[in-house]
Amino acid sequence: MKYLCLVYLEDDKLHAVRDSECLAASERLRADGRVIAAEALHPAHTATTLRVRDGALTMTDGPFAETKEQLAGFYLFDAADLDEAIRLAARIPPVRAGSVEVRPVRELDPGG
Amino acid sequence: MSEPGHGADDLAATVATLFRRDSRKVLATLIRLLGDFDLAEEALQDAFKAAVEQWPRDGIPANPVPWLVSAGRFKAIDAIRRRARFDAIDGDVATAVEAIPDGAARWDEREEIADDPLRLIFTCCHPSLSADAQVALTLREISGLTTEEIARAFLAPPATLAQRIVRAKAKIRDARIPYRVPAAAELSARLESVLRVIYLVFNEGYSASAGAELTRADLSAEAIRLARLVVELLPEREAMGLLALTLLQESRRAARTGPNGELIVLEAQDRSLWNRAQIDEGLAWVERALGAAPPVTAPTAAGAAASPRARVSVGPYALQAAIAAVHAGAASAEATDWAEIVGLYDVLARLQPTPVVALNRAVAVAMRDGPAAGLPLIETVLADGQLQDYHLAHAARADICRRLGRNADARASYQRALGLARQEPERAYLAARLRDLPP
Repeated sequence: MKYLCLVYLEDDKLHAVRDSECLAASERLRADGRVIAAEALHPAHTATTLRVRDGALTMTDGPFAETKEQLAGFYLFDAADLDEAIRLAARIPPVRAGSVEVRPVRELDPGG
Repeated sequence: MSEPGHGADDLAATVATLFRRDSRKVLATLIRLLGDFDLAEEALQDAFKAAVEQWPRDGIPANPVPWLVSAGRFKAIDAIRRRARFDAIDGDVATAVEAIPDGAARWDEREEIADDPLRLIFTCCHPSLSADAQVALTLREISGLTTEEIARAFLAPPATLAQRIVRAKAKIRDARIPYRVPAAAELSARLESVLRVIYLVFNEGYSASAGAELTRADLSAEAIRLARLVVELLPEREAMGLLALTLLQESRRAARTGPNGELIVLEAQDRSLWNRAQIDEGLAWVERALGAAPPVTAPTAAGAAASPRARVSVGPYALQAAIAAVHAGAASAEATDWAEIVGLYDVLARLQPTPVVALNRAVAVAMRDGPAAGLPLIETVLADGQLQDYHLAHAARADICRRLGRNADARASYQRALGLARQEPERAYLAARLRDLPP
C-alpha cells in the first residue's frame, strides 16, 4: 500500500522549519527505503489552476478555491517551464470535470 | 563614438531622451540575458549611471542601446560575484553567472534582440498571472511607470500595487514562466491575453471605474502606445483591430464631457469636437484589420511564424472597431447606419456570445427598428440574470421605456441604474435623466 502524506502550513509559517532539517529528515526516511517521492513546494501564490471545459483550456492565478472539490490524485512532472507543465497537466483527464493545480517544486537549501 | 566635450546639459538631455525612448528595450534584453526581472532592473539603473559617468569623458557611443545592454550585463555580473563572495554561494547564483553569455558575440543575434520587447510583453501578460497582476506588470515593465504612478491611476494603495508586482515577479521566477514569444499554435490565444490587458488599461483611462474624473487621458494614451507597439512587433489583425478601436474611441474624448465634467452620451455629442486625425488613423487600421490583403508591415522574426488562423479570421476587436468606424462616419445619431451596426453585432454575438454584446445589439436594434422592437430583447438579456448588477443594462432599459412613454418603468430602471453606478459623472447623468422624466 502506498500513502500520500500532504504537508500543510500557514503562509507565514512556510519557513518555520529550516530547510536543512527537512533535508536531513528526508535523507533518513529515504535510507529506510520508504520514500518514493518527496518535495517542498513554492507558496500557493505561485500556483496556476487549470480547467478544461468543452475542449477549451482556462487558467487562473492561484491555488484551487472550490471547497467542494477534494484532492483526488497527483502527478509529479519534470517540465522545462510552466508552459510545458501546463501542456502536460491539461492532459490529465479529470481536468475536464474538476481542476488541476500546477504548483512549482522548491529546491531545499542545505544551508537554509 | 562622437566627440567628447558635449555640454553637460546636452548630455543630460541626450541621456534623458535615451532613457525615455530605449530603456524598455534595454531592459527587455537584460531580462533575457540575466534571466531575472529584479537583477535586470538593477542592471538597467547601473547602465544609465555608467553612461552619465563615462560619456562626458568618452563621448556618446554610436550605438547607445548595445552599449547600455553591455554595461548593464557587466554590472550585473559584478554584483552577482560580489554577492556570491559574501554569502554562501548558492547553486542558483553560480548557475546564473555561468549562464550569462560572454562578450559582444551576442550582438550578431539581431533577431533575438529584436524579439526581446515581444518576449517581455508575452511574459507580463502570461495567462497564469491574474488580470490585475498582468496590468500592473505591463505598466511597470513595458511602460516604465513607477509603482506610485500605477497606484494613482488605479486608485489603489501603493503598497497593494507594490505587493502585486512583487508577487507576479516571484511567480515568473519560481513557477518558471518562460521568457519567450509563444509558438505559432499558441500565438492567437496568448495574443488575446496581451490585447485584453491593453484594452483594460485603455478603459481604465477612458472611463475610470470609480471616482470623480470621467477620464484619465494619460492611461488611454499609454494603451494606444502599447497597441501600436504590438502592431509594429506582431502585425496580426486583432492587434490592428484593437489599435483602431482605441483610436476611434479616443477620438470622441473632447466631446464626451461637458464644461462641468458632465457626461455627454454618444447621440448628444457635438461631433465637430471629434478628433479627425485619430478617426482617420483609426479608419485606416480598421480597413487593414478587416481587409483581405495580408498585412504589409514586415513581421519580426517571431511574427513571421504568426498563426494563420489569426490572419484569416476577423476577431472581436476588429468587429468592435468596425462598429466604432460606422459611428465615426455618421453626421448624427439619426444619420447613423444602424442596419450596418446591427449586422456587425450579429457577427460579434456569434463570435462572443456574451450578455454585454447582446445588450449592445438590443440597443442598436432599438435604434434601427424603434424602441418597441428593442425592449423585448433587453428584457431577455436582463432576465438572463448576469447583467442584473450592471448599471448600463438598467440605463438602457430606462432609455427605451422613456422613448416608449412608459415613464413608471423608465423611472424604476433609472433608479436601479443610479443605485449601481459608481462613477460621479454617470451618476449625475442618470440623476438628470430621472429629474427630466415627466411624472
